[in-house]
Amino acid sequence: MRTTRRQLLAAGLAAAGVSIVPLRAGRSQAASALLTKPIPSTGEQLPAVGLGTWITFNVGDDPELKDECAGVMAAFFEAGGRLIDSSPMYGSSQPTIGYGLQRLGHPKGLFSADKVWISNPAGGPGQIAQSRSYWTVPRFDLLQVHNLVSWEEHLPMLLEMKAAGRLRYVGITTSEGRRHDEVERIMASQPIDFVQVTYNIIDREIEQRILPLAQERGIGVIVNRPFQEGHLIRRMERHPLPDWAGKVGASSWAQLILKFIISQPTVTCAIPATSRIDHVQENMAAATEPLPDKALRQRLLDHVAQL
Amino acid sequence: MSAWLSYSLEDFLLFSPRVYWRMFELHNRTVWPGQGVALLFGLAVLALLLRPRPWSDWLIAAGLGLAWAWVAWSFLWLRYATINWAIAYVAPLFVLEAVMLMLAKGTADRPLFNIDRSVAAGIGLTFYLYALVLHPLVPLIEGRTLRSAEVFAIAPDPTAIATLGLLTLAPVRKALLLGIIPAAWCLASWATLHTMGSSLAAIPLAAVGLAVLALAIRLSSN
Repeated sequence: MRTTRRQLLAAGLAAAGVSIVPLRAGRSQAASALLTKPIPSTGEQLPAVGLGTWITFNVGDDPELKDECAGVMAAFFEAGGRLIDSSPMYGSSQPTIGYGLQRLGHPKGLFSADKVWISNPAGGPGQIAQSRSYWTVPRFDLLQVHNLVSWEEHLPMLLEMKAAGRLRYVGITTSEGRRHDEVERIMASQPIDFVQVTYNIIDREIEQRILPLAQERGIGVIVNRPFQEGHLIRRMERHPLPDWAGKVGASSWAQLILKFIISQPTVTCAIPATSRIDHVQENMAAATEPLPDKALRQRLLDHVAQL
Repeated sequence: MSAWLSYSLEDFLLFSPRVYWRMFELHNRTVWPGQGVALLFGLAVLALLLRPRPWSDWLIAAGLGLAWAWVAWSFLWLRYATINWAIAYVAPLFVLEAVMLMLAKGTADRPLFNIDRSVAAGIGLTFYLYALVLHPLVPLIEGRTLRSAEVFAIAPDPTAIATLGLLTLAPVRKALLLGIIPAAWCLASWATLHTMGSSLAAIPLAAVGLAVLALAIRLSSN
């Protein structure tokens, strides 16, 4: 049965995701080696690489591109992926996810992560309901306050939803080093489960205070913009991959960068965004052992500094 | 405030160039063969400018207004807003421009659109013709097919550029009033294309520059 499904999926992927079979909780053999990490507040295991949707899933009503995104989601779930992250800010990304989930028969492994992003606090519940409708899910696993917009009002509402059993986890997000002081204050004072921040081999500010604070407070860390929206990959690909990359099982700069990120012990999950099936497969393959140890992480940083 | 300063234009680009250009392909497919009607209308405007009739002003302004309203609804509202939420706030401005154009009138001694032998009129007429005939061909510069062509009265950029061109033929005060929204759109389009790394970004920016130059020449000659 599994072989048949994989064959069908492969055929579907070859046709740019046009022909996609429903997936259930089944995992491929490759996925069995997928690296997972515990969510600190519950211990629930989560694959160390998820799927972001910023820009890549904003395809409007384009039927061909919607099918391509569904193909990316199929490859993601087939590789054992679970966490998909989006936001009302990301244009049509939420309806695109909903389209993909319906095409795939709502895979049971999905860990749905979305955001509330509205300056008027009274609009929060309505926006969340609209987001759920776009995703076609009965409830979200994780809701985050996007870029700290009106967090003083949204956060209590999300915590109330969690207490009522209408939400499993609560978080906050920022990107590219913005408002880290405020992020730290919220982490120190609020009972949040996740913080979402930018981290990669160049943007490492969170190592100073946010990661230690997350460790201390038992807060999961989701890493956005691991490739600086592709700029980092394009920059690195001008140089050959270090010959020692094979030691950590990395066959591309994307995998090496992802392995650097998820080998940071406090990081729970990185969420690279892509619209390409080969890239999502490459990303998911990075969430496997071996990962760089402290010495290899430093070696990578030294190497990048010299480029 | 300091947080806002940390944002770049790129942070506000919500879609990829591929999605953007495919949007025009899909739109052209949907409205086909409306492009032919739009081109005929554009040529009719030209004929009315060159051989004015008593009702020329009314017909040109009303037709131009209809073009803005059509682009607002069919392209901005139904299509572009699905990948860029900010466009939902821009579409009403296009409708406002449509209404203003439909209400615009000349005077007994000065038609709204008047071709004279001035440099300003030459500039305006030149880039009206550019918007009508040459702008649909610019995808070829970037190696795209004409399926993603942007056509006057179908897509916003050539509509705004053509309007700016025609407004250089209008009295300066009216041109300034009616030109704010087309110029603002051209600047926004420049920002979008520039952020996408498109070599075509200079076109809407140049249109605004030429319109300003034409009006400045007209002002100095008055």
